[in-house]
Amino acid sequence: MEFLLQPLNVLTFSPVVGVLVLLFLGKRDGLSRWVALGTSLVTFGISLWVLGLFNANDPGLQLDFAYDWIQAASWNIKYAMAIDGLSILLVLLTTFLTPIAILSTWHAVEERVRDFMIFFLLLEVGMLGVFLAQDLFLFYIFWEFTLVPMYFLIGIWGGAQRMYAAIKFFLYTMAGSILMLLAILWLGINQGTFHLPELLALGNIPAQEQFWLFLAFAAAFAIKVPMWPLHSWLPDAHVQAPTAGSVILAGVLLKLGTYGFLRFNLQLFPQAAVELAPAMATLAVIGIVYGAIVSYSQKDVKKLVAYSSISHLGFVMLGLFALNAQGIEGAILQMVNHGISTGALFLIVGFIYERRHTRELSEFGGLWSIMPVYAVLTLIVSLSSMGLPGLNGFVGEFTILLGAWGAGQGGALGSIWFTVFAALGVILAAVYMLYMFQKMFLGPVTVKANEALKDLSWRELAIMIPLLVLIFWIGLYPKPFFALMHPAVEQLVTLFQTAAIP
Amino acid sequence: MDFFSSADLITALPLVFLTGWACILLLVAAFAGKRPGLLPALSLAGLLATAYLLVSQMGLEAEAFGGMFVTDGFSTFINLVLALGGVLSIALSYDYLQRMGIAKPEYYVLMLFSLSGMMLMASAADLIVVFLALELLSIPLYVLAAIGRPDARSEEAGLKYFLLGAFASGFLVYGIALVYGATGTTLLSGVVAAAAAGLEYPIYLVLGAGLILVGLGFKVAAVPFHMWTPDVYDGSPTSVTAFMAVGAKAAGFAALLRIFVAAFPSISEQITPVLFAMCAATLIIGNLLAISQSNVKRMLAYSSISHAGFILMAVVAYGNDAVRFDVVSSALFYLLGFTFASFGSWAVVMAMEKSLGRGLDFKDYAGLFRRSPGLAIAMLVFMLSFAGVPPTLGFAGKFYLFRAVLEGGYVWLAIVGVVASLISAYYYLRLVVVMFMQDGEPEVHHEPMLKITAGLTAVATVLLFIFSEPLFAWASQALLRIF
Repeated sequence: MEFLLQPLNVLTFSPVVGVLVLLFLGKRDGLSRWVALGTSLVTFGISLWVLGLFNANDPGLQLDFAYDWIQAASWNIKYAMAIDGLSILLVLLTTFLTPIAILSTWHAVEERVRDFMIFFLLLEVGMLGVFLAQDLFLFYIFWEFTLVPMYFLIGIWGGAQRMYAAIKFFLYTMAGSILMLLAILWLGINQGTFHLPELLALGNIPAQEQFWLFLAFAAAFAIKVPMWPLHSWLPDAHVQAPTAGSVILAGVLLKLGTYGFLRFNLQLFPQAAVELAPAMATLAVIGIVYGAIVSYSQKDVKKLVAYSSISHLGFVMLGLFALNAQGIEGAILQMVNHGISTGALFLIVGFIYERRHTRELSEFGGLWSIMPVYAVLTLIVSLSSMGLPGLNGFVGEFTILLGAWGAGQGGALGSIWFTVFAALGVILAAVYMLYMFQKMFLGPVTVKANEALKDLSWRELAIMIPLLVLIFWIGLYPKPFFALMHPAVEQLVTLFQTAAIP
Repeated sequence: MDFFSSADLITALPLVFLTGWACILLLVAAFAGKRPGLLPALSLAGLLATAYLLVSQMGLEAEAFGGMFVTDGFSTFINLVLALGGVLSIALSYDYLQRMGIAKPEYYVLMLFSLSGMMLMASAADLIVVFLALELLSIPLYVLAAIGRPDARSEEAGLKYFLLGAFASGFLVYGIALVYGATGTTLLSGVVAAAAAGLEYPIYLVLGAGLILVGLGFKVAAVPFHMWTPDVYDGSPTSVTAFMAVGAKAAGFAALLRIFVAAFPSISEQITPVLFAMCAATLIIGNLLAISQSNVKRMLAYSSISHAGFILMAVVAYGNDAVRFDVVSSALFYLLGFTFASFGSWAVVMAMEKSLGRGLDFKDYAGLFRRSPGLAIAMLVFMLSFAGVPPTLGFAGKFYLFRAVLEGGYVWLAIVGVVASLISAYYYLRLVVVMFMQDGEPEVHHEPMLKITAGLTAVATVLLFIFSEPLFAWASQALLRIF
């Protein structure tokens, strides 16, 4: 009983209750939608309760528990979960975006609604599990488990090329994951435990091994992020996925990768992280610039947004591998920002796609005069995505650039050029976002079919408003968000100070 | 003159009982007449009784018949897996054979005889007994493969299996002869003792071991001795294929593990590279060939070759004393996971089979999720288990296997295994794509036993993963008697 009442267990598995209800409900579409929405809102409520229990001044793991799971055959596998400053924002992001994504499917998903909702709620279980697991074995299970529902969401409810995209998504991610599995096994065999806090307490992984283990873990996470040059699954998956799938894919699933770097690569292998920081930062900066340039050349709005993710997540990676408090805090905040802004952009693309069944930029133009509310919302979200001061994107990117600058001068990166090129990415982001906005909304109405388009409905506004509130909140007053993560990040950073001294 | 004592019989009681029961049923079959349910019911009862006897022997470690027969944790584990396989086979067979019009009472008797041979394999501690067991398990299987007569493909399968099987037996016997020539004994304990005392011509021991590996390699369908597998699996009635895929593999690996771990550790330096090459080839070729199949039965046949490769991964490290127990128990654990997923997937295949050999293409599975979501989800679980994706028993099995490989220091083999897993995920997912994402009107036979088997094995595959502690404990204590 004590096991079931652990707050984090309640949080992780509350969507399962909704799944069970849906299973017994039969094929009633309307009711299925409400049950799923209700479940996800309850889960969001539980996550707020967890936030209430969370002590922001404590840098360590909180609400943690560890039960023996598999102890036979000299395994030492625990069922262990905990939450700390590194994960709490991402947990909240997950529970926040899920109801929004579900609400966006009201008219977009008409077929097999119940099955869709079941997969969606299972996906939420997997994502929460990844953020909360504190045992490598348990983490790996949740990590792989997220693949299955997403695979079906893309493959059943996706676009014309959905089956190809679904398989590509699955195989790409699995390719990295099983290398990580070998590394996890190596740790389990040689350190005698899979429990992360125990591994950190032992802290005696030799530098030579750290290098290879870092790379094996990085293989899994870099594909998920995705870092250039491992990104080619992303545009396919995004373009084919249904809108709600894209929102969760961009909003949360990609963060599983960056979170993995933060939680495992940085914590477990600090020496290798210091050693490899310039290499990782180089890839990150290439990703920033490459993603921005490719975005600019897209003709499909959804593809444009998909490639912009590669650019934004490059910033996150740069911040993480600055290996100082500013960089990492900026990176965590930027994970949240990207979830909100890019999630909102995918929703915006979804709204217009539902009306016009096309996403080609050339099909639009002059929409401002037809759909003014939609246009204003899009403008705000675009500005947030390109990092306009006063909106959320600026806070994250600016902190990251500050961190990277600091790391470039006598820190882990060793060169300020990373910051210079990354700053170039900020300019390029403005170019492609404004280009998109101009093509869609400004100028005369060129296509007749656009003239009768209806502006956003109340439901659609209800989806967007919470996102807008956060965009402004983080942009104007980010302090509470930094306060949640600051002690944990400070503690993490001390690892690199000791690791840097040979 | 005392050939054996009653203590010997008690040590071998489950096997003695099963063989005796099969002999009795042979007589019953002659008079069964028009009661088609009688033989399966009696066979099932016999198997359950055998399983009960096996359970009562848990923890026993004893020799019998002058050291030629061993009961230990290892044999008990394998035999229980085999008994489970037998029960599932009978459950799958009854309706299926009726539907295909090939129900014959002797079918079940042959199955029991073959099972006796398999169980003897797991207990054999003398190379001659291994040979006897191999024949006892194979000859009924040859007949079973051809039991779809007059279906030409089934006859072909039987004949092909017989010819290649006989050929493989020849290798085995020649290997045994060479080992005898080198050591002067066929007892496994004697081989160890002779090797420890020093051999005059150790090369014969190595050659003999190599030939034994060839003979058993045929049975477990390891590359390059796998050529018969797809045709035989494809041509045999599916219920026989299911039985063969698990039973013959389990028995072959039981003998392989016991002989090599117990008797040949002294020549591991020469044997390990061979095993390594065989294992890598099995993993890669089995999986690559599976990709191009458009027939589910053949795809599963090739996939079963690749699973033989995975189990071989554990065997490669057999010479390393420190990991010997992990080698054995991880192979056993994997085998158990494979048993569940394999029988389950064959149950689904049988529910979809229109008539002998028809309705087996990937395209026949299109739209299965809509038509029969239960079967489709069960099949999804089996495919995930085969591919080693959590939360399934197949994942736990791979996890354990890879540990044995890494502990043995074969990092490259582990990487080959990883690549193989990835390739295999592709073709397993392809079936999932067809079932869940393509539209079609599949023809499904809603036979209760097939559905129950598929459902139970699917649930077991997931639940036994979540609560896998006792299984790990059991497998890790299923120790093999070391001389």
